[in-house]
Amino acid sequence: MKPIATTRSITGMPTGRLAVWWLIASEIVIFGGLLASYLMHRIGHPEFGDYASHTTTWMGAVNTFILLTSSLMAVLAHNKAEMGDGKGAAKFLMLTVLGALAFLGVKSFEWYGEITHGYVLYTNMFWSFYYTAAGIHALHVIIGAIIMVFVAKDAAAGKELQRVEYIGIYWHFVDLVWIFLFPLLYIAK
Amino acid sequence: MSTETETNTEHDSHDSHGHDDHGHHDQNFFLKYFWSTDHKIIGFQYMFTGMFMAIVGGYMAYAFRMQLAFPGKHVPGFGIVDPASYNALVTNHGSIMIFWVAMPVLIAALGNFLIPLMIGADDMVFPRLNRLSYQIFLISCIVLFASYMVENGGFGGAWTAYPPLSSKSDYSLTPWGSTLWLAAVALEFAAFLMGGINFITTVMNSRAPGMKWTDIPIVVWMIVVASILFMASVGPLIAGAVMLTMDQQFGTAFFDPDKGGDPVLWQHLFWFFGHPEVYVVLLPAMGIVAEIITVFSRKKLFGYKTVLITAFGTGVLSFFVWAHHQFISGIDPRMANIFTVTTLLISVPIAEMCFVYIATLYGGRIKLNTPMLWALAFLAEFLLGGVTGIFLGSSGSDIFLHDTYFVLAHFHYTFFPIAIIGTFAAITYWFPKMFGKMMSDGLGKLHFWGTIIPFNFIFIPLFVLGANGQHRRIYNYQHFPELAVPEMQQLRVVATVALCIMLVFQVVFFFNFIKSLLAGEKAGKNPWNANTLEWTTISPPPHGNWPVEELPTVYRGPYEYGAPGRDTDFWPQDEPA
Amino acid sequence: MAGHDHQQHYIKIYVVLLVLFLISVAGPEIGIQWVTLVTAFGIAFVKAYLVIVHFMHINVEKKYITYLMATSLLFMGLFWAGVAPDVMRHEGQNWTNDGAKKEVSQRMAEIEARKAAGGHDAHGKKAAH
Repeated sequence: MKPIATTRSITGMPTGRLAVWWLIASEIVIFGGLLASYLMHRIGHPEFGDYASHTTTWMGAVNTFILLTSSLMAVLAHNKAEMGDGKGAAKFLMLTVLGALAFLGVKSFEWYGEITHGYVLYTNMFWSFYYTAAGIHALHVIIGAIIMVFVAKDAAAGKELQRVEYIGIYWHFVDLVWIFLFPLLYIAK
Repeated sequence: MSTETETNTEHDSHDSHGHDDHGHHDQNFFLKYFWSTDHKIIGFQYMFTGMFMAIVGGYMAYAFRMQLAFPGKHVPGFGIVDPASYNALVTNHGSIMIFWVAMPVLIAALGNFLIPLMIGADDMVFPRLNRLSYQIFLISCIVLFASYMVENGGFGGAWTAYPPLSSKSDYSLTPWGSTLWLAAVALEFAAFLMGGINFITTVMNSRAPGMKWTDIPIVVWMIVVASILFMASVGPLIAGAVMLTMDQQFGTAFFDPDKGGDPVLWQHLFWFFGHPEVYVVLLPAMGIVAEIITVFSRKKLFGYKTVLITAFGTGVLSFFVWAHHQFISGIDPRMANIFTVTTLLISVPIAEMCFVYIATLYGGRIKLNTPMLWALAFLAEFLLGGVTGIFLGSSGSDIFLHDTYFVLAHFHYTFFPIAIIGTFAAITYWFPKMFGKMMSDGLGKLHFWGTIIPFNFIFIPLFVLGANGQHRRIYNYQHFPELAVPEMQQLRVVATVALCIMLVFQVVFFFNFIKSLLAGEKAGKNPWNANTLEWTTISPPPHGNWPVEELPTVYRGPYEYGAPGRDTDFWPQDEPA
Repeated sequence: MAGHDHQQHYIKIYVVLLVLFLISVAGPEIGIQWVTLVTAFGIAFVKAYLVIVHFMHINVEKKYITYLMATSLLFMGLFWAGVAPDVMRHEGQNWTNDGAKKEVSQRMAEIEARKAAGGHDAHGKKAAH
């Protein structure tokens, strides 16, 4: 039984959505700290440009396309939820999860290729940052996908439809991080 | 309510008291005390765990201070303190006191217990997330203890964990201890991020009808601001902790200068968090003091909005001062100039807050009971600590004082009031509400003096030693002839003896705690005649805090004491106009 | 509560995002630095804006949510401002970072040597000679 506290909303915003925005605020500083550190090294070490030329840019691009599409799926899920269509929302959420799986699949294939070519975590500083940043991002993709499955399950049963929007906001943030990761890591200036 | 000593709520207990649970179903002991989502139970879990960790941290201080006073001698109850043990002891003493005592007690325990009660809600908005946060916190304690059991024992690179000492096991000699320590800290961060979101959203959204922003008690505001500060500052350090783990275990070189990395980057990542962190713990302690001094001077808080604005100002400024911890580590001197200015500036809002408190006391009908004594001691000791910070914040004088015991005495004169005095103030004040019994005021005062007087005898000698050049993190000063002179060694002995006396007096507190739980005088709803909402329900509050129909409505601010034209000198927030 | 069907709107934004994405991938191929910066990085900001406004609906939220996100970003800028002078730059007033300088000069020399020897660039195309 949910506490009465959950039914109050002095700010006018549902508490779940408020909480997701606070979560994103804290995630911005986590990724921000990591990416700022990376960027300082990237700018201070022009040789990183040469290292970055060994990334598989076209696979990174495919993944960017996949995440953009999955973001579309997430917002279409929200659209359905807003109209009260729980089953439709669940369908689009599962398509988003499919996108997540595709993303992870491409990434695994990409990393396999790079690792077997000798570019591993400790090859040099660029690759350390590359794997760390993309790795933490992938972790967020995995966690987001798992939560999305649970939300989809409830939505299909017509329950807790508001959570479709919340997990969507989180998912768009994960997409946003990648929008910046892609040029930062893959483009050899 | 469990009547065993504080360690037992985490272990299986054979005793079970029938607690009047207004819940919806009969829960067995395990479900009620270990799997509860009730904010009060979770608050107690954090409080007892924090108190247990305080004993561990205090024991560590005992061991290393005995080594410093009587170098090379067997320490009763510990053994010989060799250099590696010494380093591990000081590292873990510091880490434990900040991450596993101050934060859990001041923020998690008090925040959890007080926030729903003080804003007139029946629980937090995310009770299961709340439970999860404690469980992750508990795991972090276990991981920390695991770090002491592995090959070569616990991490000894100081709580600041600067690489390359922390990143290379050839230097730290603790190949697993280093990583386990880091993992424990990371888990603690995760627990507090979760808790923080709960606190912030609950206070924003679930206040009682009629409670405006300016009717929120200061301690609740402070815990919310502290949670925001924590959230905003810990991010880069989480990134840094991942990078350090990679350096420790996976051969990366993020902080290795020989391979293109930069150890100064770690320092920045750490202190960008590390400085706001001290305000994360300071603000709740100041909030506790605000509650106590208003109640026991029977006077309105001198400037509610002033306190709020100075709290916000301190919070914002705290992000602009961090490199004062790095003045002599090789940062660009022009940055050092900037950070000196900002550091000296930050003393202004905090001093203003202290002035507001003093002005609140002035002209009040002071009641010098135990909570009030603790609150007053906080102000006095913290002010002493704060002014010594001026010498450290100025980069010029810091060149001499950095890494000496002067720094150590400064931050103990600030941290001890925060973590220890603040905790005792809070517990002695809210014990009646938490447990439905009154603590003995006589024993409370005995414990108070037996703590405060020795405290000063520990750290004033350390100021003197530091100003005379004694540097930190050295396990035996007999190796340095100019520091081993009898006058200085005597001061070390004085400090250690004072610590031992102080530790002995803590027995009085535990005795008082347990005796009051078992046989204390029954506390009514509002033994202190206070205004805030937690005092309008029975002690201890039932599950749900109030019967559903009696959830309070708020009509005024929290500090209407001594209002003219009334027959009582207090005016509860929920009393209709 | 039944809401309006915004599906077409979202799909339109998606198409715009795709077009921008294609430009951002094609731009760096040209090889001129400012073009790369504008297309790869500049467009990233535009895409981010579109996602934040149209998918996350930040403009429909209370204003303070926008301020909260902006504040988080500002703190990152603050972090940059305080740290970059020490970590990004390898020398300053009375200090130099010899390790980093050595690393940079050594690696750049290796790269120049490889290019001068007529090696392949990263994508397997022969260097123009």
